[in-house]
Amino acid sequence: MTAPILQVRNLRAFIAGQQVVEDVTFDVPATGITAVLGRNGAGKTSTLRGILGLISRKGEVLLDGERIDGLSTHRIVQRGVGYVPEDRDVFAGLTVAENLALAERQREPRRDFVAQLFPDLVARRDQRAGTLSGGQQQMVSVARALLNDNRLLLVDEPTKGLAPKIVTEVSDALAEAARIVPMLLVEQNLDVVRRLADQAIVIADGRVALVGRASEILDDADLTRRLLGVSAEEHV
Amino acid sequence: MSTLILTLIIGLGLGALYFLVASGLSLIYGLMHVLNFAHGAFLTLSAFVGWAVAQAVGVTGWGGFLLSILVGAVVGAIFAALTELLLIRPLYERHIEQVLVTVGLSFAAVALFEGIWGTDPITIAGPPWLSRTTEVLGASIPNKYWVLIIAAGLVLAGLVLFLKKTRYGMIIRAGVENRAMVTALGIDVRRSFTLVFAIGGAAAGIGGVLAMHALTYVSAHMGSTLLIFAFIVTVVGGLGSLTGAAIASVLVAVMQQVANTYLGGTGDFIVVILLAVVLLVRPAGLMGKRA
Repeated sequence: MTAPILQVRNLRAFIAGQQVVEDVTFDVPATGITAVLGRNGAGKTSTLRGILGLISRKGEVLLDGERIDGLSTHRIVQRGVGYVPEDRDVFAGLTVAENLALAERQREPRRDFVAQLFPDLVARRDQRAGTLSGGQQQMVSVARALLNDNRLLLVDEPTKGLAPKIVTEVSDALAEAARIVPMLLVEQNLDVVRRLADQAIVIADGRVALVGRASEILDDADLTRRLLGVSAEEHV
Repeated sequence: MSTLILTLIIGLGLGALYFLVASGLSLIYGLMHVLNFAHGAFLTLSAFVGWAVAQAVGVTGWGGFLLSILVGAVVGAIFAALTELLLIRPLYERHIEQVLVTVGLSFAAVALFEGIWGTDPITIAGPPWLSRTTEVLGASIPNKYWVLIIAAGLVLAGLVLFLKKTRYGMIIRAGVENRAMVTALGIDVRRSFTLVFAIGGAAAGIGGVLAMHALTYVSAHMGSTLLIFAFIVTVVGGLGSLTGAAIASVLVAVMQQVANTYLGGTGDFIVVILLAVVLLVRPAGLMGKRA
């Protein structure tokens, strides 16, 4: 059993003084994809944003055994944490090439890997990101996180609002990326979770309610109905 | 006809001056969400130092004129960078306090300038060509307005090139859109803050020296007067938009001049009316993004 890549201990997070994550403790294994599940408003996105320091937080966060909770966001990212935000957050006025160039932190970014995953972006490199479709913007957002040799990716609802065909494309890309970098994935689409995730953490009311194998959690209809507010079977 | 041409070109020249002051204000607000009331102080100090340099080198020569502009830009950049590092940065994310400290600095700076250079305006004579005129379609255009227009054009071109062609320019453009996401890409966006302040200060410094040559005097209150119109331009153009600042500078100044010439000197009143209309109809400004 290898050491976890990320350890989160008693994380509490706040937005405008309001506590949005009560007390979250979990580990993220050094390989594969760990899904964060929960109802809307459970605190999943805030947990990710708290880990990254994008919102005010307390508690301990260790990346590969090293405390990062005292660092500012850009320093945490520089330590090897890639981030794909919930709403894509591409820079609309910048071209695709500029969006990607801005994300490059290392001398030899993995441009070939990204081009292979998202050939459409190569063709659209001079197009303003704001004029791309939602799916293409998501590809830019994921591509930005894959350009560098990260130690962990925090990926927030990458398939939200996308057409089924694009969901498959993005899921394929994440599966490919997960071969080289562990991932903490917030995802509402349980089909995607079932396909991609090895482990799952269920958050309810700002606390960790359950940790286990993703497939086992999703196979338990009563659990999914009670903790996620949906029936996993509806998604199969 | 010649009066109209004269009015329009003077308006364009005045707009150029407004742009030199407003461009920095707009960039600073766009990236940092700081309304910088000390911007006028950058302009005034640059003008005073530019005046001192021109006096030392020779006020009527082109060498002294060009050197005063260069020194004005450097002084404006240094003053602005120090303001950001020493006063703004410690108040990171505390926007009200940041605004208050710039207001305080603007008052303190005026008092300091009055203490050093006195309360009366100091007159200056630049190169003789500046006080002559050039005939355009029957209108005699004072040459100083050509200099303002050319300088603002060069500054605009330089800013556009910087923003489009350099990595820091790219960071600033991205930061104006979504600063948090820039940091989430591992970029220390605060470094860009100092740079944006320095660039804005340099543009204001150039504006200060040119305003001094255009007005043929320099005074401790010069920056405060120009700052009012620069703020109006920044709001009308859209906070954070360089293009908006350029368009609004010309619009505001030309309307002001036309009203002064044809509507009994009501230029300032018309500008305030324009500001009110823009705030009511299009609160984000001509080129600004809706909140």
